[in-house]
Amino acid sequence: MSLLARLSPLRDAHRALISSGQDPFSVEFSRVLSATEAIVQGRRTILLGTNNYLGLTFDPSCIEHGIAALAQQGTGTTGSRVANGSYLGHRHLERRLAAFFGRRHAIVFSTGYQANLGVISTLVGPGDHLVLDTDSHASIYDGSLLGRAKVTRFRHGSPEDLDRRLRRIAAEGGNKLIVVEGIYSMLGDTAPLREIVAVKREHGAYLLVDEAHSLGVLGENGRGLAEAAGVEADVDFIVGTFSKSLGSVGGFCVSDHPDFEVLRIACRPYMFTASLPPSVIATTVQALRRIEEAPELRATLRANARALYDGLAAAGFVLGPEPNPIVAVKLPSSETAVAFWNALLQNGVYLNLALPPATPDHCALLRASVSAAHSAEQIAHVVRVFSKIGHEMGLLKAPGSKEPLANAAG
Amino acid sequence: MNRPDNALQEIVSLLGERFPQKAPITADMHISRDLGLDSLAAMDLLMSLEDRFDVSIPLNSLPEVETIGDLAALIDNTRAGATRR
Repeated sequence: MSLLARLSPLRDAHRALISSGQDPFSVEFSRVLSATEAIVQGRRTILLGTNNYLGLTFDPSCIEHGIAALAQQGTGTTGSRVANGSYLGHRHLERRLAAFFGRRHAIVFSTGYQANLGVISTLVGPGDHLVLDTDSHASIYDGSLLGRAKVTRFRHGSPEDLDRRLRRIAAEGGNKLIVVEGIYSMLGDTAPLREIVAVKREHGAYLLVDEAHSLGVLGENGRGLAEAAGVEADVDFIVGTFSKSLGSVGGFCVSDHPDFEVLRIACRPYMFTASLPPSVIATTVQALRRIEEAPELRATLRANARALYDGLAAAGFVLGPEPNPIVAVKLPSSETAVAFWNALLQNGVYLNLALPPATPDHCALLRASVSAAHSAEQIAHVVRVFSKIGHEMGLLKAPGSKEPLANAAG
Repeated sequence: MNRPDNALQEIVSLLGERFPQKAPITADMHISRDLGLDSLAAMDLLMSLEDRFDVSIPLNSLPEVETIGDLAALIDNTRAGATRR
């Protein structure tokens, strides 16, 4: 068999997918106009699939801090922190993150993917157990592959199943680390964290919560699901990313664990990669400040998410279970989802197409991520475009029966 | 709760229901090549078998499993280990 021949079924599936229109995996924004608009195929397009929850990519103060750091400290660090040293900014950001979460320790990674890869592969070792939700992000699964602990999956969002599986390994010894996500990236649902904490306590396990999609989004102060659920003291490790609500790139882990700092000389995805450029560190520090200073961004985000969720539900679409900033629209088949996604793009709306096997229960999804920067008019326009395409494709049963946005301006 | 004695028999009947067009399911059938299960489907199958046999089988053992017979042996060995403990 020739090199890469084993991937031919994947290549064939991709060819079939793109035969009916634009390739959803290679959309190009020829010009980005704002946090919510770009030019795609020469058309002004509403961005509804960028995870830019607070719209901070174009925050003037973040841009200003980034430019100053770029001018004063150069374009990059050209090396890893372990081999080539840290800049003051890296330490400063770690102190700011620790303070924001009220934790003793923080470590910054170059991407959110690497944060999960590094932390999950290093916290547990041979003889230990990792216990993962079935719908975990690829970075969590890949972290489990890089590490040496035994890996067990429990049914998505089920504390009962988690309990059952922990019971089965109770006699085996070793440390147990449970990994869940604040908001799951496909359906936008949250983990039942209070119940999971109760199970964790009963079994003497450790708990890691990935707040990638919930930092800056959930909780009174934006600290994520652990804050919203009132269980921060029971969460041993919080992982997150800078590439969503903080509008840059990078990842982190915070904890009160007394031996946490040893990760810096044990965790390969931290040690063997270049550290973040000073400009990225600077915009991230400022974005964290914006989260603290501007709780109104979270309120606007929640209102926008609610408006999109309610609008699409009223139009007759089948949605994910909770009105969070990730709004997932379930479609009857992959073919329908691809056609719908193409029609949305042609109508100036960009969002994410999620197909099996990357989706829960092999469902086909259109995945929208709402931003605080979206205007009410943009959300209303998106709902109208969705309804129009839904009717044209014969997916909505009662045309116009529950049209809540008939009077909204576009 | 009643636990089936024979892992192979149980897997064959479970997969026979799921893939009627592939019947008869045999021990030498290749899980990905013959049944077309991708890695996620294989993990889900493992999860159902864990519940059926009330055992814990770490995902780490999956790379060693190629055929239905390998999977049955893995479950039998895990059950034997669990009994000894």
